[in-house]
Amino acid sequence: MTKLIMRCLLVAAVGIISACSSDNNNNQNTGTGGVVTPPPIQTKLFNVEFTNLTNAQPLSPVALVLHTEGQLWQLNQASSDALELLAEAGDNSAILAEDFVQDSVSGEGVVMPGVTRALAIEAPTSGDAYLSLATMLVNTNDAFTGFTRMDVSNMATNESVTLSIAAYDSGTEANSEAAGSIPGPADGGEGYNSVRDDVDFVARHPGVVTADDGLTTSVLNESHRFDNPVIRVTVLRIR
Amino acid sequence: MKIPKIILAASLAVAPVLTNAQQLDITITNLTQGIYFTPFIVAGHDANTRIFQVGQAASTELQALAEGGDISGVSAMLTGAGAVVSENPAGGLLAPAGSTSLTIDTGTQEYLSLSSMLLPTNDAFAGIDSWKIPSTPGVYWINVNAYDAGTEANDEIVNGGGMPGVPGIPAAPGMDAGTNATGVTTTETNQTVHIHRGNLGDDDLTGGKSDVDNRVHRWLNPVIRVRVEVLDQTL
Repeated sequence: MTKLIMRCLLVAAVGIISACSSDNNNNQNTGTGGVVTPPPIQTKLFNVEFTNLTNAQPLSPVALVLHTEGQLWQLNQASSDALELLAEAGDNSAILAEDFVQDSVSGEGVVMPGVTRALAIEAPTSGDAYLSLATMLVNTNDAFTGFTRMDVSNMATNESVTLSIAAYDSGTEANSEAAGSIPGPADGGEGYNSVRDDVDFVARHPGVVTADDGLTTSVLNESHRFDNPVIRVTVLRIR
Repeated sequence: MKIPKIILAASLAVAPVLTNAQQLDITITNLTQGIYFTPFIVAGHDANTRIFQVGQAASTELQALAEGGDISGVSAMLTGAGAVVSENPAGGLLAPAGSTSLTIDTGTQEYLSLSSMLLPTNDAFAGIDSWKIPSTPGVYWINVNAYDAGTEANDEIVNGGGMPGVPGIPAAPGMDAGTNATGVTTTETNQTVHIHRGNLGDDDLTGGKSDVDNRVHRWLNPVIRVRVEVLDQTL
């Protein structure tokens, strides 16, 4: 229960209106004589705050995961199917369910341009601990941003790290910007498609062209363009 | 952190009188090929004072800086908050590839910020928001991004409009912009301070949507590089 209460307090403290999650109920071990033993040693607790720095690229619900091995992507390597789903459709469910993920949190809803949100996630008190975060720029074919395999095992309480992060391209869908190919509000088109008709490796995103800049078949306009960085993230260990 | 220094100074027969001084030698370099920067404002300030914050609406003082290059309001705000301020080190515009230097004694102030408008743009500015001044002497490099103040639609019409709330771009100092543009947009989607998406521009210098030249007035971040040398105050 301690964990749950702490998460609720944290969520309140950072101004997020949400119900407290109940996905981490501690088992209350029953000791000898029916006496309830105290909860186990507290975990480390991290607050991850992120701001959408773009002009007109809403961000899909953020995936924030804790893991002790693996990573969500590698530059110049083919995207995982889970990352493809996030980068093409804004669907974080497969990333949250990755085999190597120990704990996961999903942001509540889309993060609009200029908006700051925060999520809390726990880690064991010892041993390896990596954080990864991913979210789609939804007015694109397959642009995403975030970080993966941030080592937080040696962060001290009250220590924080702030990152300004670029946009990446999952390389799984051609950047056609064509009608019907972009899931965000600029188009309302298709999200995920298992066909990989692009370079099939993860790289920095080259940016969108848009119809205003000469790609006549693009459903995007000049407002959707972006330069890096596209998000700012601060990871703070609060316990 | 200051107490040990003072004790150390007192123990040295020829030690200079130590005040709460922190001298920074700063060089600002324009990394772009076609963008001019209006007079910079550089300040040492406390944790409660900000020229800008991403994701927050610009102050009216920042709006005047970002739309017209007027640093007087930001300067007054900073001075009122007890900041140490240095204005206009370049003595005017900082041209492409240009550099300018200044020395500032930030005293006991813990943070460094600076800002300047990009021309020709509607309301783009480059800025550092609250860089923690290191206590360790040495040379530090900061890459600075271009932000959109979010206060004016990026219509890209060069019409002299530099007052807050007045549409248009005040000037293209390179005298290489077009005329008679109809305007790129009348709306500003993100009205908080955010990373600037860049000029759109076009290649029609006597009409088109934009007076900005899409072959010249472009940039990618970072747009400024700042060298900060934190001097050793014990020498």
